[in-house]
Amino acid sequence: MEQVQPTSPSHNRLIGKLLLMVAGAFAFAFALVPLYNVLCEATGFNGKTAGPTVIRDGFGIGGLQTGSAPAPKVDLGRTVRVEFTGTVMPGLPWDMRPLTISLDIHPGELQQVSYLVRNTSDRPITGQAVPSVTPGQAAQHFDKIECFCFSQQTLAPGEAREMPLAFIVKPEVDRSISHITLSYAFFSIDGQRQTLTSSGEAR
Amino acid sequence: MSTATTHAAEHPAEHYPGGLMRWLTTTNHKDIGTMYLTFSLIMFFVGGLMILAVRAELFQPGLQLMRPEFFNQLIGVHALVMIFAALMPAATGFANWMLPLMIGAPDMALPRLNNWGFWLLPPAAILLTLPFTLALFGIGDGALATGWTFYAPLSVQGGMGVDFAILAVHILGISSIMGSINIIVTIFNMRAPGMTMMKLPLFAWGWLITAFLLIATLPVLAGAVTMLLTDRHFGTHFFDAAGGGDPILFQHLFWFFGHPEVYILLLPVWGLMPHVLSTFSRKPAYGYTAQVYSFIAIGLLSVVVWAHHFFTAGMPIPALVYFMFSTMAISIPLAVLFFCWIATMWKGAMTFETPMLFAVGFIVLFGIAGLTGLILADVAADAQYHHSYFVVAHFHYALFAGGIMGVMTGVYYWLPKWTGHMYSEKLGKLHFWLTVFSFNLTFIPQFFLGLAGMPRRIPDYALQFAEFNAISTLGAFVLGLSQLLFAWNIWCCVRGGPKVESRVWEGAEGLEWELSSPPPHHSWETQPTVK
Repeated sequence: MEQVQPTSPSHNRLIGKLLLMVAGAFAFAFALVPLYNVLCEATGFNGKTAGPTVIRDGFGIGGLQTGSAPAPKVDLGRTVRVEFTGTVMPGLPWDMRPLTISLDIHPGELQQVSYLVRNTSDRPITGQAVPSVTPGQAAQHFDKIECFCFSQQTLAPGEAREMPLAFIVKPEVDRSISHITLSYAFFSIDGQRQTLTSSGEAR
Repeated sequence: MSTATTHAAEHPAEHYPGGLMRWLTTTNHKDIGTMYLTFSLIMFFVGGLMILAVRAELFQPGLQLMRPEFFNQLIGVHALVMIFAALMPAATGFANWMLPLMIGAPDMALPRLNNWGFWLLPPAAILLTLPFTLALFGIGDGALATGWTFYAPLSVQGGMGVDFAILAVHILGISSIMGSINIIVTIFNMRAPGMTMMKLPLFAWGWLITAFLLIATLPVLAGAVTMLLTDRHFGTHFFDAAGGGDPILFQHLFWFFGHPEVYILLLPVWGLMPHVLSTFSRKPAYGYTAQVYSFIAIGLLSVVVWAHHFFTAGMPIPALVYFMFSTMAISIPLAVLFFCWIATMWKGAMTFETPMLFAVGFIVLFGIAGLTGLILADVAADAQYHHSYFVVAHFHYALFAGGIMGVMTGVYYWLPKWTGHMYSEKLGKLHFWLTVFSFNLTFIPQFFLGLAGMPRRIPDYALQFAEFNAISTLGAFVLGLSQLLFAWNIWCCVRGGPKVESRVWEGAEGLEWELSSPPPHHSWETQPTVK
C-alpha cells in the first residue's frame, strides 16, 4: 500500500457539511409554509385575502394594510362589478347562497351584502367560511371590514341566518380589473382538532 | 470510513463470504454497482408491466380490463417505480461501478454507507407495490391512486396506499441522499494525484451536479410528504383549506423537488454521452469546459423554474412570465450541450457499434423532448396542452429517450468492461432498432392525441381517439417485448462470450480503460498519476 489514502478527518468534515445541507434543505421545506403565506398575503397570489382590515391595524406587510389610514377616496370615474358565490364543502349539511348575486361599485365605496346560510340537518353544527378572490391580483385591494368568515358560525338545527359582509374595493385596484369574484367555501369544523385560527395565521 | 477502505484493500482480492452473504455484506463498489443495476433492471420490467396493463386498457375506448381506481393506481406507481426504482438506481449503479475506475480511486469513499444505501431500496420497492398484493386479500383499497405527484387534497383523502407511498418515498430519499454524499466525498477526496477538477471525466461532473441537486431538493420532497402524512393522521392542516392550509402550496413544494428531479435523472446521462461519442468518433470530446459550465448552469437554473408545471393552477401574470422565461432560459445551456455532442462527432472517424447507435438515437429523440418542452413552457400554449397526452409524450421523450436510452448506451458501452466479455452486437443492434421504432410508434400518436385534446390519466376516451390509441398500444407492446432482448443480451454477456481487452473500444480514452476487463477486485491498488 504505497498509495496516499485520504485521511478520515477530511472525509468527516465534508460529510458534516453535506449533512448540514440536507438538514437545511429539509428545514427550508417547512420554512416555505409561512414564507408562502406571507408572499400570498402581500401580493394576493392565489387569491388569498388579508384578515379583517381594522383589527390588524398597524401590522402591515409590504404596505398592504390601510387600517389606520383615513377612509380611502371614492373613485367615481370607473365601475367594478363584484360577483358573489359560495360553496358548501362535503361533510357540512348546509345550504348557502348570496342574497346579492353581483354588484356594480365604484372603488373606494363601502358596501354591504349578505349570504343566506341554512342548516338543513337536525343537529347544531359549526362551520368556517374561507374566502378567495379572483383574479388574485385584486385580492390585496379587497378589504373586508366585516365578515362572517372572521369567526366560526354555529347554526341550530334548521336555523337560517343572514350573514353580513362589509367590504371596500380600494381605489388602488388595477385599472385593467373590471370584474372581481368573491367566493366562499364553507367547511365543517366539528370533528376537527384544530380550528382555522389555531392553525397559524387566520385568513 | 476510510479505515474500512484501507482495511479491505489490505486483504487479497478473493477474500469475501460466498453466496448471499457476499451480496448482503459487500462494501465493494463493483458488487454494489452490480446490485444497483440488477435492481434497476428488475424494477424496469415491473414498472413496464404496469404500464402495459394501462396501455392494454387504453387499446379500445370503454372499460374492458380494469376498474378506473386500479387504472389510477397503475399510472402513479408506474411513474414512481420508473423514476425512483429504475432510472435513479441505474445512474447510481453507473456511479458506483465507474467513478472509482475513472478517477483512479481504490473504492468509493464510504463503502459501508454505500452498502446501506443499496439495501434500503428493496424494502422501499416492496412498500410501494405491497398495497396491490394486500388489496388482493381484501386489505385496503390498493396502491397510491393520486398519480405520482401526490397532489393534495386528493392525497389527503386517499386510502392507505398513499401512506405506503409516502414511507417508500422517505426511504428512497434517504438512500439517494446517502448515495449522493458518498459520490461527492469520493469525487472531492479520492481523485488520483494530478486529476484537478477541470480534468475530471465529464461523467463525474454530471454526477457531481446531480448529487448536489439531490441533496438540495430531495429533503424538500421529504418535508412535503411528511406534511402530507401529518395532515392525514395528526390533525395538521398544511394542505387542507378547511383548516387554513393551501393545496397549491403542495404543488409548489412538490415541484421545487420535481423539476430538478428531471435533471437529476438526466445529468448522469449527459455526462456519459461525451465519453461514448468521443470513443466512437475517435476524437476528444468537444468543448469540455463549455460542457462543465453548462452542467452547472442547468443545475442552478433547475431550482428556480418549478412553477411551469402548474401554470394553469392560477398565478398572476408577472409570475407566469417569470417562470416562462426562466424555463426557456434552460434551453441555452442545453443547446450548448447538443452542439458539443454534435461537434464531437463532426468529421470524426465514426463507427456505429450498439452504444454509438443508442447515443445518436438519444441525441435525436432527446432533441424532440427539448423542442416539445419549449412549447409547453409557453404559458399561452400550455393552457391548451396542460394535462393532455402531449405532456405524456413530451416527458417520455425526455425520460425514456433521454433517460432510459441513455442508460442503455452506458450499459452497452461499459458491459464488456464489467464482465470481461463482449455482448452480441447483432442482438444489441436489433434491440436498438426495435426500441427506437416502437418507442416512436408508441409516443408520436400521443403527441397527436394531446393536440386533439385527449386528457391524461383517464381510463376511457372519446371515440375519435380510438385509432391513435390502438397504434400507441401496439407500439408499447413491441417496446416492452423488445426489452427482453436487452435482458437476454446482458444475461448471455455476464455468463460468457468472447474475451475483451482492457481497452475494449479502439478509441476509448480514460483511466477506466487501463484496468483489466473485468477490473480487479480492488480497483486501483496503486493510484495512477494524471499528468
